[in-house]
Amino acid sequence: MASDTFLDIRNLKIGVTVREPGERPRDITIVHGVSTKLEEGKVLGLIGESGAGKSTIGLSSLGYGRGGVEITGGEVWVNGRDILDLNRAGLNSFRGKEVCYVSQSAAAGFNPAHKLIDQVIEASLEHGIMSKPEAMARARELFAALSLPDPDNIGDRYPHQVSGGQLQRVMTAMALCPKPDLIVFDEPTTALDVTTQIDVLAAIKNAIRVTGVAALYITHDLAVVAQVADEIMVLRNGETVEHGSTKQIIEDPQEEYTKALVSVRSITHEEKVPTDKPIIEMKNIVAGYGSGPKILDDVSVELHPGQTLAVVGESGSGKSTLARVLTGLLPPRSGEITFEDRTLTPDQKSRPREDLRRIQMIYQMADTAMNPRQSIGTIIGRPLEFYFGIKGRKRDEKVAELLDKIELPADIAGRYPAELSGGQKQRVCIARALAANPDVIICDEVTSALDPLVADGILKLLLDLQAREGVAYLFITHDLATVRAIADSIAVMYKGRLARYGTKTEVLTPPFDDYTDLLLSSVPEMELGWLEQVMAHRKMESAGN
Amino acid sequence: MDLKTIPISAWIGIISTTCFVLAAIFAPLIAPYGMAEVVGGVWEPMSATHWLGTDNLGRDLFSRMIYGAQTTLTIAALATLVSFTTGSLLGMTAAVVGGWTDQILSRFVDLLMSIPTLIFALVVLSVLPPGLLTLILVMGVLDATRVFRLSRAVAVDVNVMDFVEAAKLRGEGRWWIITREILPNALSTLVAELGLRFIFMVLFLSALSFLGLGIQPPQADWGGMVKENKDGIVFGIGAALIPAAAIALLAISVNLIADWILNRTTDLKGGRGGQ
Repeated sequence: MASDTFLDIRNLKIGVTVREPGERPRDITIVHGVSTKLEEGKVLGLIGESGAGKSTIGLSSLGYGRGGVEITGGEVWVNGRDILDLNRAGLNSFRGKEVCYVSQSAAAGFNPAHKLIDQVIEASLEHGIMSKPEAMARARELFAALSLPDPDNIGDRYPHQVSGGQLQRVMTAMALCPKPDLIVFDEPTTALDVTTQIDVLAAIKNAIRVTGVAALYITHDLAVVAQVADEIMVLRNGETVEHGSTKQIIEDPQEEYTKALVSVRSITHEEKVPTDKPIIEMKNIVAGYGSGPKILDDVSVELHPGQTLAVVGESGSGKSTLARVLTGLLPPRSGEITFEDRTLTPDQKSRPREDLRRIQMIYQMADTAMNPRQSIGTIIGRPLEFYFGIKGRKRDEKVAELLDKIELPADIAGRYPAELSGGQKQRVCIARALAANPDVIICDEVTSALDPLVADGILKLLLDLQAREGVAYLFITHDLATVRAIADSIAVMYKGRLARYGTKTEVLTPPFDDYTDLLLSSVPEMELGWLEQVMAHRKMESAGN
Repeated sequence: MDLKTIPISAWIGIISTTCFVLAAIFAPLIAPYGMAEVVGGVWEPMSATHWLGTDNLGRDLFSRMIYGAQTTLTIAALATLVSFTTGSLLGMTAAVVGGWTDQILSRFVDLLMSIPTLIFALVVLSVLPPGLLTLILVMGVLDATRVFRLSRAVAVDVNVMDFVEAAKLRGEGRWWIITREILPNALSTLVAELGLRFIFMVLFLSALSFLGLGIQPPQADWGGMVKENKDGIVFGIGAALIPAAAIALLAISVNLIADWILNRTTDLKGGRGGQ
């Protein structure tokens, strides 16, 4: 390497041309003069919300701008030269040799028609860094360093033959293979389940340590980056908020914004005692799609009025199916749902309107949960009209009242979903559910598509509304931190069965069963050295392996 | 919408289509002679009195072109209307209701589409009593199969979105789901298709008239005019080419507009900013 300061980004400015249909293209700046340095073998974490410019900055260190993004100013020095001055041929010989990239979605990054090993060694051969046998040997070494099973033969498989967590590690091997000086990790664990994320994180950390490569680690999760990075740079709206050592950022943040990020999920909520009579009781539910396998197997849970039952589990554990059974979209094969004192009709189509009104649902993706062609006023007003026959002026007043409850200005009623931010959209969805004046709201991963601070706001709002309106939540999530914050009782699901069920204190107090232990221990904590501690004390392999 | 963002090709399409439409609407005011009035010799060349010359019976070709525009455009527009209302409503119903309804409707449409449209239309029109209404209905129903396929495909896409599920959970009826949740989101695709279908209607009608089963003489219509004057081509008289050129020009103009609309709304969510 040419110098100690391997990567030197100076006053980087990045712009993009926005082309909205029917409007003239206009230029906006998304990164406003960011500077940073990275020394040999160090890991710099870039953290921020969506739109902070972290991926854009990461890609600029490969001299690349994605989808109309253009580097408009500043310098990016890699190995003692400004790569922004390189021509196409120069960039081609530089990318994949000196700097490599690991993307968020490994599944989309691999060519499904080629064996893994061929793709892993491709860059090394292309750049003439090593011969084929050498590259193969190095790939196998890396597979072993990344704790992939059967490192000698796993390369002969095709991308669809390994799990998501494994594929992400193979992608890391691909990036490490040509012995680059820098790797850009762009949210490498975000799309993974929490128990898989920790394995990949540990593998990446180990590989970085073994190979001594420098890395830019981009993520929105401060707790994750705290485990791997030496330094952290906090970004917001394309500007640096704070830059310091990991220890300083986590333990002694200076800026307000960083403090907010560090203390996110600090919501606490007193657990309520279960009432005598649950509002909803699901008994011995068995369900599946078509004639396929059972997705839910003998699940029984209770939801008490004005309380929150959190259903936690990884993808494929059956937690969303449980919600579909409750809504009646998927009538169960056997089992019974009791609503107050009576049995709820299994099929939604034949439920009386009053039952439909009393059980409302909020979706994960607020984007697709609202008709893009309807105004916010129509979206929130429709349940009022439909269930209560409130029309015209009175409806508008009620809509304004509901908007006030979700802490949005009344004039938003005239706008369309595309004009709102992610958090605002989710609030509107909450208002739509509230408009029906329900007893139960099913919340299906309502915060997982949102940035941490925005998600925090939504959770606070939900708790607040519960306290005022006495509505019960069936809260489906994969995120244990959220569960700790808002649940009264918890159902842990694993492969379609209840792994553990009880009040929050019962479920979260040891002794744990193996799965709950794995799940609980996998949630990244904002603490240095957490990863090592956990990996040393694991009892069970994650499902992703 | 900014007028300056409309591309030049779309402008050409808009202007030329507008000319055709205006000519059709104000035909009796613009045409110098009556539609079936014999005003000169057979196949007279272009002159100051007869701008485009005269036809095989000595009628003024320019006047007949204008009246022809009226007939052709009106019938094509009405047939498109029939095909769109039936096709899109049935297509969306099939998508939303699903199951047997979908199967029966879709297989019936497959059946209709498996028979070449022109031959099918010829058979049906020669059996049924002649008349404008029959013509429009036959054209509309046959073309509705294409609209059915498209709107069913778009509706299937929209139907799986969460907001449709939310409406179903609310207990909304099918009519609301089809007209308020799905239709607005399918509209941009359908509008672009509307232009194309209209053009196919013009071509279809012209073909039928040329074969003698469309508009009956002395009513002027472009396809029929090509037929009346086609024998002149042997003698080097180009009267048949003028209505033929009008058909081609109209087809191209409407296509240019449809292209532009399609480009503006490639995204399913389209319209208002989209994501």
